[in-house]
Amino acid sequence: MAKRIDVSDLNIFYGDFRAVADVSMTIEPRSVTALIGPSGCGKSTFLRSLNRMHEVIPKARVEGKVAIDGQDLYEPAVDPVAVRRLVGMVFQRPNPFPTMSIHENVAAGLRLNNRKAKGDALDDVVERSLRGANLWDEVKDRLDRPASGLSGGQQQRLCIARAIAIEPQVLLMDEPCSALDPISTLAIEDLMHDLKSRYTIVIVTHNMQQAARVSDRTAFFTISGAGQPGRLIEMGETPEIFSRPGEKATEDYITGRFG
Amino acid sequence: MSAPAAPTIAGGPVTPLDAPSHRRGDRIFAGLARGAGVLILVLLAGVALFLVVESVPALTASSSELPQGKSFAHYVGPLAFGTAFAAAIALLIAAPVSIGVALFISHYSPRRLAGVLGYLIDLLAAVPSVVFGLWGIFWLAPQLQPGMAWLGTHLSFIPFFAGPVSATGRTILTAGVVLAVMILPIMTAICREIFLQTPRLHEEAALALGATRWEVVRMSVLPHGRSGVISAAMLGLGRALGETMAVAMVLSVGGGVSVNLISPQNPSTIAANIALQFPESSGVAVNALIATGLVLFVITFLVNFAARAVVARRKDFREGS
Ligand SMILES: Nc1ncnc2c1ncn2[C@@H]1O[C@H](COP(=O)(O)OP(=O)(O)O)[C@@H](O)[C@H]1O
Ligand SMILES: [Mg+2]
Repeated sequence: MAKRIDVSDLNIFYGDFRAVADVSMTIEPRSVTALIGPSGCGKSTFLRSLNRMHEVIPKARVEGKVAIDGQDLYEPAVDPVAVRRLVGMVFQRPNPFPTMSIHENVAAGLRLNNRKAKGDALDDVVERSLRGANLWDEVKDRLDRPASGLSGGQQQRLCIARAIAIEPQVLLMDEPCSALDPISTLAIEDLMHDLKSRYTIVIVTHNMQQAARVSDRTAFFTISGAGQPGRLIEMGETPEIFSRPGEKATEDYITGRFG
Repeated sequence: MSAPAAPTIAGGPVTPLDAPSHRRGDRIFAGLARGAGVLILVLLAGVALFLVVESVPALTASSSELPQGKSFAHYVGPLAFGTAFAAAIALLIAAPVSIGVALFISHYSPRRLAGVLGYLIDLLAAVPSVVFGLWGIFWLAPQLQPGMAWLGTHLSFIPFFAGPVSATGRTILTAGVVLAVMILPIMTAICREIFLQTPRLHEEAALALGATRWEVVRMSVLPHGRSGVISAAMLGLGRALGETMAVAMVLSVGGGVSVNLISPQNPSTIAANIALQFPESSGVAVNALIATGLVLFVITFLVNFAARAVVARRKDFREGS
């Protein structure tokens, strides 16, 4: 069910400010693609254009094409709500719904858009999703407790469970471990390994080792200065990018001479 | 000049770890804050004490000495009922309207329209209650009268519309609508502020799951605003319970207890009754009016406690992390 994403000539704007310029890339299905680059180079902005979350910001807009298995997400007839069900997202800070229980959080997406999910079938999906996010054993005895009682790492895995419960094709993660301790981080990295057999995963990370550990392919973005748009410098197999980068800028960044 | 000089390093003064000058600001502020808190308690206790002391003669008087020749309980009962009934009607109307308007302003309308709307609603709060009273008598009552007549003809089997129908439209329903308009601004303003404070993080969580705008409101905005909305409703209810002028002007009073919304014989409210009866009262009748004021005071307290209990009930489901 994982799908290929083809981005061509994508420009992303906040009002008049062009934050990302001329990006074209292909994201392979059933693999993890890492986006790396210095702060402010547009990684989050680019990621949010892949599930049309960019446009919820006032005056924000996108030019160019993002196609999932050939279907352009930005065609006028496409409903952004449908896009977001196809392309799930996990945010930098864990954001479970604070007033909902653990169970309700995982089930939240299943109850949307007038879908009637009830009883046993719903419980099955909740269990499957929590198992998928490696969280089931830790929470199975307190599914009706508030999600805010979980640790940060558990909350982030809950958010992953919530995202995969609606069975998206693609999973976007924006620095999902940056607010977590090293043990929780490892748990999430392990999880990504398991998930990539079923989903197309795109992860933004600040952490070079993490990119090297979890990703199959890596894309490096950078900016040439303040006020300039971010650009894709190069993209390739992760071992290749880290051992023999094609561009000087990439090499400087991954060896720590920049950013 | 006997105070020891501040220690210095390389010529410049350094701040000792427990610099008293820092603590003085803290102390003044703490004193002011504590003073303000004590002042509120003293005022409240003073009002309560006044009400109790002045009520005693009425509470101990025999029925024949009291207005209408009834025991105090029989006197205040219908008034307390009328007060609660009118306020409940007002809240029932104002709560959904203010939540809806606040949501529209915070999450649906274009930004410029939102500003204008918010401003208009704040203006509504500045209208004196006498004006609302006049508006209720001369405009709203005649407008509502035909509707009430229709209800009286077709739905008279429901106790609320049992008739006979008021010819002037100055019923408890009209009074409730006037009260609703009066409490709308404060409730809307609070709801709007609360809704605007919904963390982006939680709205985006819903959006990323494929929620529509209404579903974002349902999943993120309303749960986040729940306790604030209840507080807003309680503030509105408190104002509706105590509102005097508009009700005194609009309502055509018949006394007694009745849930009839459209009759010319309406129960009065405590506050309106005090305003209307006070000029003609003397002796123990004044004490009786003050005693009804004490009852209103107690009702308002109970409402507030109830609201707090509701807000606290699901406390551990609120943002605790
Ligand atoms: N909501 C916004 N409004 C305006 N500009 C924004 C907004 N979010 C990000 N930007 C700008 O877009 C550029 C890219 O930001 P971002 O995508 O967050 O970078 P990264 O995730 O790589 O650190 C930055 O210059 C940032 O200031
Ligand atoms: Mg970012």
